[in-house]
Amino acid sequence: MLTQALFRALDKKAIWVIGILLAVAIFVPMANLLIPPGQFGHVPTYLVSLLGKYLSYAILALALDLVWGYCGILSLGHSAFFALGGYAMGMYLMRQIGTRGVYGNPTLPDFMVFLNWKELPWYWMGFDNFWFAMAMVVLVPGLLAFIFGFFAFRSRVTGVYLSIITQAMTFALLLAFFRNDMGFGGNNGLTDFKDILGAPVQAQSTRVVLFAATAIALALSVLVCSMIVNSKLGKVMVAVRDAESRTRFIGYRVEYVKLFAFTVSAIMAGIAGALYVPQVGIINPGEFEPGNSIEVVIWTAVGGRGTLIGPIIGAIVVNLGKSWFTSALPEFWLFALGALFIFVTLFLPKGIVGLWKQLFGNRRKAEPAAPTPTQSADIERGEDPSTFDNPQPRPAE
Amino acid sequence: MLTQLLRLALLTLSLLISTLAQAQTTDIPARIAAMGEANLRELTQIVTDLAATGDPAVVPVLTALGDGNLYLDETSGRVVIQTGSAITDPLTGEAVDLGADADLSRIRVNNGLRRDISAALGGLTLMSDNPRTRLSAAQGFLANPDPAALPLLDEAIAAETDANVLGVMQTARAITVLSSEDASIEEKQAAVPQIVSGAGRGAITVLTSALASAPDEVKPIIQSAIAGLEQSRAVWAALQNVWFGVSLGSVLLLAAIGLAITFGVMGVINMAHGEMVMLGAYTTFLTQLVIRQSFPGLIDYSLLIALPVAFLVTGAIGVGIERGIIRWLYGRPLETLLATWGLSLILQQTVRSIFGPTNQMVIAPTWMSGSTDFFGLAITYNRFWIVIFALIVFFMLLLILNRTPLGLQMRAVTQNRRMASAMGIRTPFVDAMTFGLGSGIAGLAGVALTQIDNISPNLGQNYIIDSFMVVVFGGVGNLWGTFVGALTLGVANKFLEPYAGAVLGKILILVLIILFIQRRPRGLFALKGRAIEQ
Repeated sequence: MLTQALFRALDKKAIWVIGILLAVAIFVPMANLLIPPGQFGHVPTYLVSLLGKYLSYAILALALDLVWGYCGILSLGHSAFFALGGYAMGMYLMRQIGTRGVYGNPTLPDFMVFLNWKELPWYWMGFDNFWFAMAMVVLVPGLLAFIFGFFAFRSRVTGVYLSIITQAMTFALLLAFFRNDMGFGGNNGLTDFKDILGAPVQAQSTRVVLFAATAIALALSVLVCSMIVNSKLGKVMVAVRDAESRTRFIGYRVEYVKLFAFTVSAIMAGIAGALYVPQVGIINPGEFEPGNSIEVVIWTAVGGRGTLIGPIIGAIVVNLGKSWFTSALPEFWLFALGALFIFVTLFLPKGIVGLWKQLFGNRRKAEPAAPTPTQSADIERGEDPSTFDNPQPRPAE
Repeated sequence: MLTQLLRLALLTLSLLISTLAQAQTTDIPARIAAMGEANLRELTQIVTDLAATGDPAVVPVLTALGDGNLYLDETSGRVVIQTGSAITDPLTGEAVDLGADADLSRIRVNNGLRRDISAALGGLTLMSDNPRTRLSAAQGFLANPDPAALPLLDEAIAAETDANVLGVMQTARAITVLSSEDASIEEKQAAVPQIVSGAGRGAITVLTSALASAPDEVKPIIQSAIAGLEQSRAVWAALQNVWFGVSLGSVLLLAAIGLAITFGVMGVINMAHGEMVMLGAYTTFLTQLVIRQSFPGLIDYSLLIALPVAFLVTGAIGVGIERGIIRWLYGRPLETLLATWGLSLILQQTVRSIFGPTNQMVIAPTWMSGSTDFFGLAITYNRFWIVIFALIVFFMLLLILNRTPLGLQMRAVTQNRRMASAMGIRTPFVDAMTFGLGSGIAGLAGVALTQIDNISPNLGQNYIIDSFMVVVFGGVGNLWGTFVGALTLGVANKFLEPYAGAVLGKILILVLIILFIQRRPRGLFALKGRAIEQ
């Protein structure tokens, strides 16, 4: 069963993507460690961390793509799951500081000593254990998404309404994490990390390992998403995206399909956050900003939603642009980002991948492009309902 | 016990002397002269005596003593008033030349004496010819009741003609009676209702402080009076909260109502709506700038002039956005959200580039500044006018939707776009007009917000999520939904604030809305019918 799913997931494209990512996970660290600085091909350490940051963004974008591109749920709250995963990781890193903090308190993080807290709050218990923290990275966003999604999808909150309440969720969390009383460092968040699993966070070797871990995590995410998308369940997801009512009338429990996609996606976002935090060295409530969630949406849209490679390309391209603009033309970054939003939605609804297919895809007519929501909405209005009946799994290539 | 005895003794003494002194008013200069060498206790006695003369001529010397302006010239032994460099005679007020060898030393007073002086002055001014002086004297007794002045108060009440002043005097008398030790129990019992009705917000403090020393027979009356007052104070506090809530709700209404119609008619989430509010605020700023430079006489009306200007400017921008971007995205509401978000980033950055990131100021017109006391509710004029303005905008919009051809067409498109189109309604035109109208109203909201918020490029951002909540909570297709939604959220927010704090209150509201959406996925006032179900 699992091997079958795995086999089906590894179609040609997925193999390529995973292969490239694994190669990146091996060669970038090697280029950093083995090639001496100054020589051609050397990747400086700061660049490794920067690329690692992009790759964790790519995981986040892929997570969003799973719910938006394949299941039609536009979540504007994914930065919340990302930040929760990040906070779980940050809490572990804070506990590792130990007596090296400014106040030298062996258990309490600095900000708690500063706020005159006497003992560790219960929800900080256990975070000194790496595996417990990693379990929380998965569980906290997953559980929140499960509970939130369970109620939202069961009540058939859809479309714009769902987008707005997910935005309300992340906004509420933003306000909550800004409070000092919450015990998450308030405005300043968690920072000044020292060790991860005994290795100093700032060290070159740690950074390289973190980068490799991020690349491998991204490859695994692609694999998992590919498995889901190519399964029967994945076909139902697409059906829900394109004609929710019809799928329900056929007899599928639409809310469970959505709940599954939403929860898996939130877990992926949490993992992305956990990989992001040690590489940038800080997590603060600003990560919950509703604007960040919308930015994730634009990465996915730029790359091409409803594809597995699109969000990865989008996240990397947009963030490269952001890094370049904010250093070269800081005034114009918001203009560029805003223009990108408008341009992509108006002229590139299928993103870069869609453009690629349009330009170069005609030569091989092997597979027709998946219908975009607009097209399928047209179909839904009238002519060809047969497409949606009885979703057959595509044979493995 | 000892101090009480002492006070009693002093009191009787002073009463005795004051009755004696009534006969011999001519003694005033001698008493003033005696002040120079008197110690504190003697000084207290002299002040009481002077006050008992009832002669307005002693007012300056007592005032000077209280203010620390009364001096003794050690060489000549004269008592004089020194204000700045001028030295005057305490009784006649004429300038005095003490010569070069004058050696002035201040006649010192302590706080207890100062209280006596102000009480004495209050008694003296109670008989003044000027009703305003009498009123402030009576109010002086409200704060510092002096049992010794009771006969004086009675006298003043008998002579008083002004009803307003009379009320205050009677309250002052009641407070004095309650704090006095030789008033009878019946008198004290009768005094309590007078305090309750007359002393306003201070009544609880007065009664609570009187409770400890009151005789047992009076205590139950005072306690029940305090309980009643506290209850009514709770009611007023709740009303004040309602007012704050209505005020916040009207701001939300202004910000959300434009969003509600564009969302209702077109199913379009306009993320740039907040930026329309911001542009309205900046239009107000510019309008005021022009008026201040070119027509300074009209500065008080600059807000009124800015209203149509802001409406037209933001409305035109709205139509431009609809024609340029949104009409290409119909049927894809989620993508409209992205495009308008991008637009909002551009608009924000544009304004930031032009005006800078700092806050701009709009001067409040005189008729919008200050506040009034409405039966104990503190109401600031700017909030008051914003509530009125929000109501006007709301009902105008209701009128437009229900009584004009455009409104009819808008409602038709809201209910069933394709059917409306089949009936010959130009839906693209309706869309453009709706978007223009919605943006124009956002501009009006911006004008109003200049009075209560900072004008910065981020102005709109602070309101956009709240506006969404209002629209989602109220439901689309019915303006009353927005109305009820805005006011409910405003009032709920203000009621949660005292218990949970501002931030936690807001979080609670957001959570409650998320829960509410589970119950009613289409808001409070949802459109019914199959057309909505997709």
